[in-house]
Amino acid sequence: MNPLLQVAGVSVRFGGVTAIDEVSFDVQEGELLGLIGPNGAGKTTMLRAITGVVRADAGNISLLGKPLDGLSIDARIRKGLALSQQIVKPFRGISVLDNVVLAAGFAKTRSPMGALLNLSECRERETALAMLERVGIAGHADQSPAILPLGVLKRLEMARALAQRPRLLLLDEPLAGLNSKEAAALASTISDINRQGLTIILIEHNLGEILRVSRRLLVLDNGRKIADGVPMAVMNDPSVRAAYLGGEPVQTETPSHVLD
Amino acid sequence: MEYEISLLISMGISVLFALSLNLITGFCGQISLGHAAYLGIGAYFSAMAAKSGIPFLFTLPLSMLLSGAIGLVIGLTSLRVRADFLAITTMGVGFLFVGIVRQQAFLGGEMGVSAIPDSGLSKTAFMILTTGLCAATALFSVYLQKSWMGKVFEAIAEDEDTTRILGIDAPRYKLAAFAIGTALAGLAGALYAHHIKFIGPDSFGFVESITVLSMVVVGGIGSVTGVAIAAALLSVLPSWFQFIGDYKLLVYGGLLFLMMRFSPTGMAGFAMRFLTPALKGGKGR
Repeated sequence: MNPLLQVAGVSVRFGGVTAIDEVSFDVQEGELLGLIGPNGAGKTTMLRAITGVVRADAGNISLLGKPLDGLSIDARIRKGLALSQQIVKPFRGISVLDNVVLAAGFAKTRSPMGALLNLSECRERETALAMLERVGIAGHADQSPAILPLGVLKRLEMARALAQRPRLLLLDEPLAGLNSKEAAALASTISDINRQGLTIILIEHNLGEILRVSRRLLVLDNGRKIADGVPMAVMNDPSVRAAYLGGEPVQTETPSHVLD
Repeated sequence: MEYEISLLISMGISVLFALSLNLITGFCGQISLGHAAYLGIGAYFSAMAAKSGIPFLFTLPLSMLLSGAIGLVIGLTSLRVRADFLAITTMGVGFLFVGIVRQQAFLGGEMGVSAIPDSGLSKTAFMILTTGLCAATALFSVYLQKSWMGKVFEAIAEDEDTTRILGIDAPRYKLAAFAIGTALAGLAGALYAHHIKFIGPDSFGFVESITVLSMVVVGGIGSVTGVAIAAALLSVLPSWFQFIGDYKLLVYGGLLFLMMRFSPTGMAGFAMRFLTPALKGGKGR
């Protein structure tokens, strides 16, 4: 069986800096892969290379055996990806619910002509409300994202990604900005969503939660893959310990405001 | 009466033209500083077509097609540029149009095209046609805003990159906005040519592009009602008050500046600020 996502020898360079250095890994259907590493390790860049926000300078990325290389961002998303971004990007001019409605309407926004001829949004509103409930912010549905705190906006990002009904969900630090109780609740939600069959790649600095929910860990350091395997074995790996000790002391709870 | 009818026609053409720019700049957030070029393409095509014997009413859809097609091609070249660079590019398109037309003998060069054949409609019928097309454009705009296309336009206007992350092919939507907006500008141009019966390159220059942009900004970027009212008022003010006619650039430029400084959401935003608390109070009871 083909892996859901196949990343083969991918490198990304920004000028003289190599952000990702020949990284290869597979993601099997149904997995919850935790992507960790010290700040600046290239985790976010890896997700951005998968979605096409940055172009890989070398290597291939394929989803269900079909290459994604050369496709535009939106074309890749339509193949079954969804990205919840690290830096929240809600549309501030519309309500929280409408943000998710827009994502849920991907079937209607496929082509401009179809979008022009379509007015109804009942089904999309239903989906959107369900997704907001799932991430626990249904109470904010009618509010403007412009006035909401980061914790709510992080979950809005996730609701929007879920509403796209992806095959593979890419989550970039969804727990950042949440207090420990909220983080634990959202991590459990992520784990539930995965158990219901959705494959997830999760970047997280909150090591306690990522160790709790992920089934496999992949560690990047300085753009290179240094470990890949079951969480406990990976955390005991000397090179992983060195990478973390070299950057910052090992903690089970890295302060969540630390950004990549 | 003759004068009032003529004024109403001018008003209708201005409103139609401003609504066409509102689709591009207001709904989809793509600035255009050369929109008068498409008015000119519609006007010149319609005038030349009428002179070669094509009935007036047929020239209307043809002007729309030509203007929209050129708008689409220019839109394609503008896909990669954003914000400030798009403003410069579209400004260049406006100057390019005037520059090209000036050099073409068959388009009358500097002298323009005069003796445009009569539309065959009475003044009143022409007025009804113009206001009808204008109303249809306004209704279409309101419909578009409510459709999924409207939602996507709004999203692109706010944040194009995030729109793409949601799996939406933003460039295609921007092209659609350019095509629809420029086609409607072409329609306004065809009406203009047959209303004034004389057109020259200077009728479609930078000043006209800025004038229509100030109509959109003053009305309230994206608000159909606001833009329609602003365009109607600003188009007749110069004929009502001589001094505005004399200082047209100063008045429009000043308005544009004042609006951007004090009420970037235009008159519509200004009105909303007064109306919204009242609405909320009503709901509470």
